[in-house]
Amino acid sequence: MAFFSKNSRTIINNLKSKAGLSRLMKQSRNCCSMSCLNNTNCCRFIPLTTIPQLRNPDSYSHKKGFLFCFQRFQSTTSEQQFASLPNGEHNQELDFPGGKVVLSPEMQFLSESPCVYNHCYRVLDDNGQLISNSNFVQVSEEIAVKMYSNMATLQILDTIFYEAQRQGRISFYVTTIGEEAINIASAAALKSDDIVFPQYREPGVLLWRGFTLQEFANQCFGNKADYGKGRQMPVHYGSNKLNYFTVASTIATQIPHAVGAAYSLKMDKKDACAVTYFGDGGTSEGDFHAALNFAAVTESPVIFICRNNGWAISTPTSDQFRSEGIAVRGQAYGVRSIRVDGNDALAMYSAVHAAREMAINEHRPILVEAVTYRVGHHSTSDDSTKYRPADEIEWWKMARDPVTRFRKWIEANGWWGSETESQLRSSIRNQLLQAIQIAERAEKPPVNDLFTDVYDNIPSNLHEQEKWLRGTINRHPKDYPADVPV
Amino acid sequence: MALRNIMGKRVGIGLMGSRALSTATCDVESGSAKSINLYSAINQALHVALETDPRAFVFGEDVSFGGVFRCTTGLADRFGKARVFNTPLCEQGIVGFGIGLAAMGNRAIAEIQFADYIYPAFDQIVNEAAKFRYRSGNQFNCGGLTIRAPYGAVGHGGHYHSQSPEAFFCHVPGIKVVIPRSPRQAKGLLLSCIRDPNPVVFFEPKWLYRLAVEEVPEHDYMLPLSEAEVIRQGSDITLVGWGAQLSIMEQACIEAEKDGISCELIDLKTLIPWDKETVEASVRKTGRVLISHEAPVTGGFGAEISASIVECCFLRLEAPVARVCGLDTPFPLVFEPFYMPTKNKILDAIKATVNY
Repeated sequence: MAFFSKNSRTIINNLKSKAGLSRLMKQSRNCCSMSCLNNTNCCRFIPLTTIPQLRNPDSYSHKKGFLFCFQRFQSTTSEQQFASLPNGEHNQELDFPGGKVVLSPEMQFLSESPCVYNHCYRVLDDNGQLISNSNFVQVSEEIAVKMYSNMATLQILDTIFYEAQRQGRISFYVTTIGEEAINIASAAALKSDDIVFPQYREPGVLLWRGFTLQEFANQCFGNKADYGKGRQMPVHYGSNKLNYFTVASTIATQIPHAVGAAYSLKMDKKDACAVTYFGDGGTSEGDFHAALNFAAVTESPVIFICRNNGWAISTPTSDQFRSEGIAVRGQAYGVRSIRVDGNDALAMYSAVHAAREMAINEHRPILVEAVTYRVGHHSTSDDSTKYRPADEIEWWKMARDPVTRFRKWIEANGWWGSETESQLRSSIRNQLLQAIQIAERAEKPPVNDLFTDVYDNIPSNLHEQEKWLRGTINRHPKDYPADVPV
Repeated sequence: MALRNIMGKRVGIGLMGSRALSTATCDVESGSAKSINLYSAINQALHVALETDPRAFVFGEDVSFGGVFRCTTGLADRFGKARVFNTPLCEQGIVGFGIGLAAMGNRAIAEIQFADYIYPAFDQIVNEAAKFRYRSGNQFNCGGLTIRAPYGAVGHGGHYHSQSPEAFFCHVPGIKVVIPRSPRQAKGLLLSCIRDPNPVVFFEPKWLYRLAVEEVPEHDYMLPLSEAEVIRQGSDITLVGWGAQLSIMEQACIEAEKDGISCELIDLKTLIPWDKETVEASVRKTGRVLISHEAPVTGGFGAEISASIVECCFLRLEAPVARVCGLDTPFPLVFEPFYMPTKNKILDAIKATVNY
């Protein structure tokens, strides 16, 4: 990703005004160094001139220390080179164990923000019209219609399940409103062999792969048809058949898992990659940092998709990080990255498609930052009007809806109409209501499933505990829910 | 097992004679054996693991050149950089990556350089590895994950090269915790851990890496998990321990014998799920229990064993359950000899229990 620019000022002037841009423009003057003012090559990043002092390279003390003597076997020729450097030479290169560094006698600090604004890739404008001179990956009518149908289905799924929670029929729910394009378009660009490690706001990926409305409902009701055997809260879906690892409430823990899985795919020479999703909040976790670094070092074919939706529950991104978004961090780890308009389904599709090719063919990780807005509350336990203006939410919901935007594009192509629209919506709605009824009436998993799968086999202590529990149940049946078979 | 007195510090006594009393089933007896130390035995186990399973991987900090304790010597040369590799210095990454690798059906053998540094990985171990199978309804599992870490006192390790953190992990349903006492045990147990379809944390007593030398069969063999071993038979008191502490306990047993006290010594080997049956059977015989471990006494795993024994054997007990453990302090340097559960501390407790 090149931030190199000969005419950095021209580019900055040509950018559309966005929040924070004026701050950027001010900064570009103080960009890299004092010499920046006279130098139109301001944004060529010259590394720091401070050279770490190597004292005794032969008895290098490891951060943690060893009990037994440890010799560094790599030779460090830098000491000799350093000694023979003539003074006052500009831009000399030096060979360090970590790689070549270009020297300079000018003291320069790398700016805290990139000089050139990190472009956000979009292909469809706000009205769903293709932007001229855009490059994107072509989508067939069949795929485009399937994408739209899935996006609309996801919207309806969310609305109805949210209502079900409000009615007390399920205990909890998390919507994906506003992020339908990220979910569906990214899923459409992947293949079924790609292994998905979700956070919890990506049910659309499962939907695309064929998880049925009944299967969603079963998990939310925790009935005996739930593949998770009723052990977790609603929306904690998982499907080994569809290569979608089970959702867990823990944030960002799945990101390093995806790297290990990707490494396995590489070793098996599979034509597949691992994909993991997380929010802006998740990028603050240590596991994010660990995973990107590991992915780069192990050269694993993994796609990191960040849903930067502006909020981590009530925490806006300005309280979350001070980097210029997430994509810029990729470079710090040696990971190629892109920033995409997350509400542009076509751009999402194209970016993930390209990312997948690079990941698999070049054995490299790719970071995709999808910029979007979390229209819904964080979950049914949240009322986001407490920390953000209701009209802001409303604006994003109406004016920036990714589903409407994509619909306009497929309608303009003659692939969709108002009749198909109303048919789809009423059909999905009916199917969902039915699925919920069936799920609600179904039996819960038996109490024996409390004890299975802790290990591959039930250990003796759990056999004991189950016996003891059954005794208690017999003596005090009223203490226990009637719908769980004993 | 002969403990060579290299550093002039602790001198152990061979547990060789007690092998005949082993209740473990294994085909250890066939084939040739060589006298090797603990790190060599572990190294052999790793060689066997990678040889017998092309989907086995070894990774962690500094494992490529052989590891800071030489446990991974020769692996990278023999099996290649793709299967044996250094990771960045990041324990949460090592375990997180390992979980992903294991979830795809591989045998991920992760090394944490010192058990003292395992805590950044604690979330991945407790919230992810331990619950991976259960939360998915058995659709997924990371049973192929084995995490190895050197643990325990070494004579001069101080706070951060001496810890025994096993108790933290014993409180986590879904993982197994295994601790070998000797080279022969280590090879067989490690191979079982690697091949066990559950995530396992394997703590290796670093004190014994060089000092413990034993005849170890050269072939591929496994020792069963969740089976405790009575390594010394007795009738007056049951002693329970694991890892390096057992050799100290055995010295105490031998001296107690001179005073006419017959001690039964049990190596727990697997701490969770632990073999309550074997311990209970022994306590029913002797009526007295003493547990010893290096980890601080409060909340140590000895507390679990004590509570369980009291629950099942209260009327049989002739005396309170005794615990001779580390003090409730960070592991000190200069004060290590005062901190440690020594032979004499154990001997005093044996006598006090017997004379209760």
